[in-house]
Amino acid sequence: MNTMEMNRRTFVVTGASAAGGLMLGFHIPTRADAAAIMDDPWMAGEGGQEVNAWLEIAPDNAVTIRVGQSEMGEGVFTALPMIVAEELQCDWSDVKAAYADTNRHVRNTVEPYMVAAGAAKETDNLYQRMATGGSGAVRRSRIFLAQAGASARERLKQAAATAWGVARADVAAENGILSAGGNSATFGEFAAAAAEIDLDTEPAIKTPEQYTLLGQSLPRLDTPLKVNGSATYGIDVRVPDMVYAAVEVSPVPGGRLVSYDFDAVKDRSGIIGAYRLGEGGIGVLPYNLEELANRVTGIQSGVAVIADSYFRALTALQLMPKEWDAGEHGNVSDESIINGALDVLANPDDPTFNPAHSVGDVRSTIAASDNTIEATYITPYLEHACMEPLNCTAHVTADRADVWVGTQNPPRALAVAAEEAELPPEQVHLHTTFLGTGFGRRLRQDEVRQATAIAKALGRPVKVVWTREETTRQGKFRPYATYHFSASMSGDGKPEAYWNRVVSHSIFNHQLPQYLNNGLDRSALEGLDQRLPYRFDNQQTDYAIRDSHLPVHWWRSVGASQNAFAVEGFIDEMAHAAGADPLEFRLSLLPEDSEFRNPLLVAAREAGWTSDLGRGEGMGIAVAEAFGTIVAQVALVTVSRRGQLRVESVDAAIDCGHIIHPRLVQDQVESQVVFGLTAALYGEIHIKNGAVVEDNFDQYLMLRINEMPQVRTHWALSGGEKWGGIGEPAVPPVAPAITNAVFAATGKRIRRLPLRNHDLTA
Amino acid sequence: MAISLTINGASHTVDVEPETPLLWVLRDTVGLTGTKYGCGIAKCGACTVLVDDRKAFSCTTKVSAVVGKDVTTIEGLSDDNSHPLQVAWIEQDVPQCGYCQSGQIMAAAALLSQRPDPSDLDIDAAMSDNICRCGTYSRIRSAIHRAAEIAKG
Repeated sequence: MNTMEMNRRTFVVTGASAAGGLMLGFHIPTRADAAAIMDDPWMAGEGGQEVNAWLEIAPDNAVTIRVGQSEMGEGVFTALPMIVAEELQCDWSDVKAAYADTNRHVRNTVEPYMVAAGAAKETDNLYQRMATGGSGAVRRSRIFLAQAGASARERLKQAAATAWGVARADVAAENGILSAGGNSATFGEFAAAAAEIDLDTEPAIKTPEQYTLLGQSLPRLDTPLKVNGSATYGIDVRVPDMVYAAVEVSPVPGGRLVSYDFDAVKDRSGIIGAYRLGEGGIGVLPYNLEELANRVTGIQSGVAVIADSYFRALTALQLMPKEWDAGEHGNVSDESIINGALDVLANPDDPTFNPAHSVGDVRSTIAASDNTIEATYITPYLEHACMEPLNCTAHVTADRADVWVGTQNPPRALAVAAEEAELPPEQVHLHTTFLGTGFGRRLRQDEVRQATAIAKALGRPVKVVWTREETTRQGKFRPYATYHFSASMSGDGKPEAYWNRVVSHSIFNHQLPQYLNNGLDRSALEGLDQRLPYRFDNQQTDYAIRDSHLPVHWWRSVGASQNAFAVEGFIDEMAHAAGADPLEFRLSLLPEDSEFRNPLLVAAREAGWTSDLGRGEGMGIAVAEAFGTIVAQVALVTVSRRGQLRVESVDAAIDCGHIIHPRLVQDQVESQVVFGLTAALYGEIHIKNGAVVEDNFDQYLMLRINEMPQVRTHWALSGGEKWGGIGEPAVPPVAPAITNAVFAATGKRIRRLPLRNHDLTA
Repeated sequence: MAISLTINGASHTVDVEPETPLLWVLRDTVGLTGTKYGCGIAKCGACTVLVDDRKAFSCTTKVSAVVGKDVTTIEGLSDDNSHPLQVAWIEQDVPQCGYCQSGQIMAAAALLSQRPDPSDLDIDAAMSDNICRCGTYSRIRSAIHRAAEIAKG
């Protein structure tokens, strides 16, 4: 039973003003009226004629292109409009970008032309793909965005052709101008007529050789808003009559708030109320846009304090006496979790193992060999550490809910708000803001459920802001994983058998158990099963799930983020045992037609690969695939006699097939190297008495500018049909490239992350 | 209680507890949301502002401590993105998510006011209080050098 306790005096006063009427969704842009993107990116410009759902054209030829993905740094507010503009053939300097409307997406199915063109299914929602994840923004939107631009262009041409009495084929559309013979007009002049036209057949989209706009590193449209403080993130949202909530939920996931004493703080200045949150931990979502029964959007037991300013709410929350019941997990530690996994790992006959991949006979081959090596690798839980602490603003009335949030999944956020507000989804308006990073964390909707629940109980707009400590402690963590490898080699060092057992906390088991396949979690096995790049005559991978009470979730590059560390570390060990060069050894295990060869060769060539540097200096190499893209990296490190590690450079060779904006790809690679390096050096979430230990940046350390290596991106593009993602795949090779380089420099093999726990003293 | 402040050259009177961090007064009371909350313990730099032209972490600076001083936030750098740091940041397309960039730019402004032509080591020393989770560090470095050039004219 959720209850709101009110400070009566404050409630009466503010309740009266709330009755005076609110202007919902009304947020006056402050200083960027002429910019390509509004401060508030959910607000489009005015006065345009919609040609199709993706774009509108104003009389002055300004083209507003809607973006169905969330801008969290990866550049979708530039790259996706470029895909539309390439086909539309408008003038790029006329392009503006705004978020697609999630409410329209939920209410409407895709437009008929998109189905006719074969770029959508009839049952797709209007904007087809509005969740940003899986490195899919370009590769999974490209075809329908190009179709939207091409189909709009042909309608503009047909409208002009009809008006001028010429054939559509004789009308040219270039830089926002339509022309045929002596006739000429702007796109804007024919936008209204174009919107009414039906075509017998939809135009084909361009092939990469025909691109003129795509392939250019155009300036990002969002940069001007991000150098003067005007870009509106979720935490910056201000709506009339809004109040603030600070929240604290059970430090032990699954624990419970037994009691709290609001009377102790209710008379402090500005305090409005307290609200008990989420009994029971995990909520089930009955309305589901993506047909995924899920357990991911529930909220933990806890309490919110509401006040007229965030600092007042937070201070009162911290002062308010609270009693917690840790529940059944109050004795769990990270050590107990890992040790439990290692017990399973040590017993190949443990019944929880399921076979993930098997070729030949590893057991008897290894048993018969007198040249074997084995090793155990361990990776910890990690938190996303989004730069922007979690937050959400909501307002719920009897017939409408508005939610403002920086989310990676607006339709899911809308569905959660609808459920919590007890309103049909059609009456919920989800306003996506800029995101202060996401990394997968903001695919979860716990902050949305909290804010909507509080707003509904309160009856006025409320902004919920989590502290950094709450954001870290209430993370949805990258799982831990443990790995055992054993291999045998013939007398001349040729590998004969490779056996990998894995025990990890499974994300799918936690939230989508119906997608487990014979006990196998596909994301946990990324790069380990048949997706292992290397080939052995005898090869086996076994997997066992061993979960803890922590909630786990997608973390930039997901399973590959940790699997590559283990695999590429052990392959390096095998190379060393065989007396082979690590690059040559890898190439010897790759089939002749392997797509992993070229990235490895390009990275090695560009880095000046050598396995023979002086003591205290070393190069390491690693390769991995994630989201359809292969990245190979060579790291150069130095280690001082005192054990001080410095990563000097990382050369990354990437094969994502094609690129539409080279600089955005380079920036993504650089970003992912920093992300992977941060985790490799420092990343570790500890658990004590069932609760997360780390809570802020004094304990959960981040890479800083003085530790930044030189990062160089090199193209190893195979083209053809390959369109790989670029938001994540440069993360996985970072850790093993560095730990392999540390081995080359020091002879010390790192089998457990993070590096900060290891003594590298000479 | 009523407290008088000078922010970006303008006078403001705010009714808050004197121990309220400057960060929340700027964001919630005055409405200048360009200054960001990141950690609350002066460990990430997202809240960086200038107080009398020196760098300050507004999340751990009590509002009472800036009475009678000039506070400059990201919104006060220029009206039209014309400050050399903003010009350089745009030219080099530094921001990715952008959330930390107000703090980065203000820390860089404090650096350039002390050292108009900073070395890489100066930049490391001055900018390592500021976390960027997108990892834009190399572009931040080059943009600071570029802003120094622009400022020299």
